[in-house]
Amino acid sequence: MTAAWTIEGAKVRRGKALVLDGASLTVAAGEVLGVVGPNGAGKTSLLRAGLGLMPLEAGSALLAGRPVGSLNSVERARLVGYLPQERRLAWNLPARDVAALGAPDLPSEQALAVARERLERVGVAALADRGVLDMSGGERARVLLARLLATRAPLLVADEPVAGLDPDAQLLTLDLLRAEAAAGAAVVVTLHDLGLAARTCDRVLVLDRGLVASQGAPVEALSPGVLASVFRLDGALIDTPAGLVVAARRR
Amino acid sequence: MSPRRLELILLLVLVVAAAIAVSLGESPLNAAQYHQALTDPASPPGEVLWTIRLPRVLMAALVGAGLGLAGATMQGLLRNPLAEPGVLGVSASAGLGASLAIAGGLAALPGAIELAALVGALLAGGAVVGLAARFREPEVLILFGVALSAFAGALTALVFNLSPSPVAVAEVLAWLMGSVENRDFTDILRALPPMAIGAGLCLYAARGLRMLTLGEEAAQMSGLPMARLRVAAVAGSALLAGASVATTGVIGFVGLAAPHLVRAAVRDDPGRLLRPSALAGAVLLVAADLAARVIPTEQELKLGVVTALFGAPVFALLAWRAARSWRS
Repeated sequence: MTAAWTIEGAKVRRGKALVLDGASLTVAAGEVLGVVGPNGAGKTSLLRAGLGLMPLEAGSALLAGRPVGSLNSVERARLVGYLPQERRLAWNLPARDVAALGAPDLPSEQALAVARERLERVGVAALADRGVLDMSGGERARVLLARLLATRAPLLVADEPVAGLDPDAQLLTLDLLRAEAAAGAAVVVTLHDLGLAARTCDRVLVLDRGLVASQGAPVEALSPGVLASVFRLDGALIDTPAGLVVAARRR
Repeated sequence: MSPRRLELILLLVLVVAAAIAVSLGESPLNAAQYHQALTDPASPPGEVLWTIRLPRVLMAALVGAGLGLAGATMQGLLRNPLAEPGVLGVSASAGLGASLAIAGGLAALPGAIELAALVGALLAGGAVVGLAARFREPEVLILFGVALSAFAGALTALVFNLSPSPVAVAEVLAWLMGSVENRDFTDILRALPPMAIGAGLCLYAARGLRMLTLGEEAAQMSGLPMARLRVAAVAGSALLAGASVATTGVIGFVGLAAPHLVRAAVRDDPGRLLRPSALAGAVLLVAADLAARVIPTEQELKLGVVTALFGAPVFALLAWRAARSWRS
């Protein structure tokens, strides 16, 4: 079966600096892939280059087996929904209209119906008519997550979707993404919370200075050796009744 | 309020404002004369109403609508409430074209100034469209527009500087201040095609402007042909701004203020903002031109002067109210 998304040997420059030096990624339908790594490791660049938002100096990016550069905007949007890290919104649109922006392919009545359903799923149905700039950062993040879910794409890519969220909202976000995976979508999510990544992702990919340092099941990808060499932490993943947690201190 | 309802209300206001503007003017008419004007368009009062005032009011409405629409499009595209039709440097370039024509002694040729201004606007607009196709960041367009405005402004000043005739300088200045006086239906017909094309392009870009609320990257991934929509928005605004300046000279503040008057009524939606902004711009300019005509002054007030004089304080008031409600 073709992978939903494959990035092979991505080499990317930002200005003069080489931010990706041959990183690869692959994700299949039904799985949640967590991408982790220290600040500046190249997580966002990997996603952006793989989506065709940044030029690849070398390497390739395939969406459902097709080179991303060969897709037109409609074809690409049919294959992937993207939630950027940046949550700044330009105008104070009502939440339902923002969520409906996830479905520009539908007539507006249907798009609004999808939007309402997704707002309900992320727990802000009561705020549907509220302006997004009149909301707290956490509420706005949920509305943007609803917008991502409204794309109904077979691949969902979320860049730091839980940054700045309270614990409940973080877990809800990952639960919703897991539910999408269970329903057959491929999900890629970048995270800074290693414990959260270990608990909620099927596979974890660790990026370090533009290269893949390790990947695989959480316990393998986040081994004590990787924690030490990539994150400069002394510690380990510990299995608890609530799932995996990271116990670590700075080296 | 539904967008349709808002547009209907604005349209009614526009019709009423236009009716008042046609019936009022420098030379007051009595009831009998109004009656004569309505029954016999060829009579002297009829001439005043239908061949002097009506084209003038229509021209004000047309240019006001163009500026309002271009302003709303620019604000949506650049995601900046301070953007206006002149931000791309198109208006300044149109002004430069007109100045060159006047200083070159072409003012006597019918339509020469307008054509020169339109050429200036199209050259500048073409450059900006090329830029918009290459760069998606709004900052690039804003910075380039500032540079282009400054450069065209400097060249216009150079025309003043080098002009041997003070008459030509006065003419250029008067033209730059903007006015819709002494317009006939030919002027309107001449302005209509570029403005209609411009309006069509802006309205086509509406869904792209709405999507840009999410930022450039999310919009680009949304499935909308953003590159094409961005070019349409820039080309449409440039045509509207250029044709406006070419027909009436530089008229400030309408393009900036009109979108702000109706933004709250469309819940900030930059796509749904377009048509109401055009209508609001038309109302504003018809009202401003009426004020320019009926305020008793020795020299008739120039329209661009009136819009700036009244527009700037009103705009400051709007900004003050908006600033108090901004949360982030």
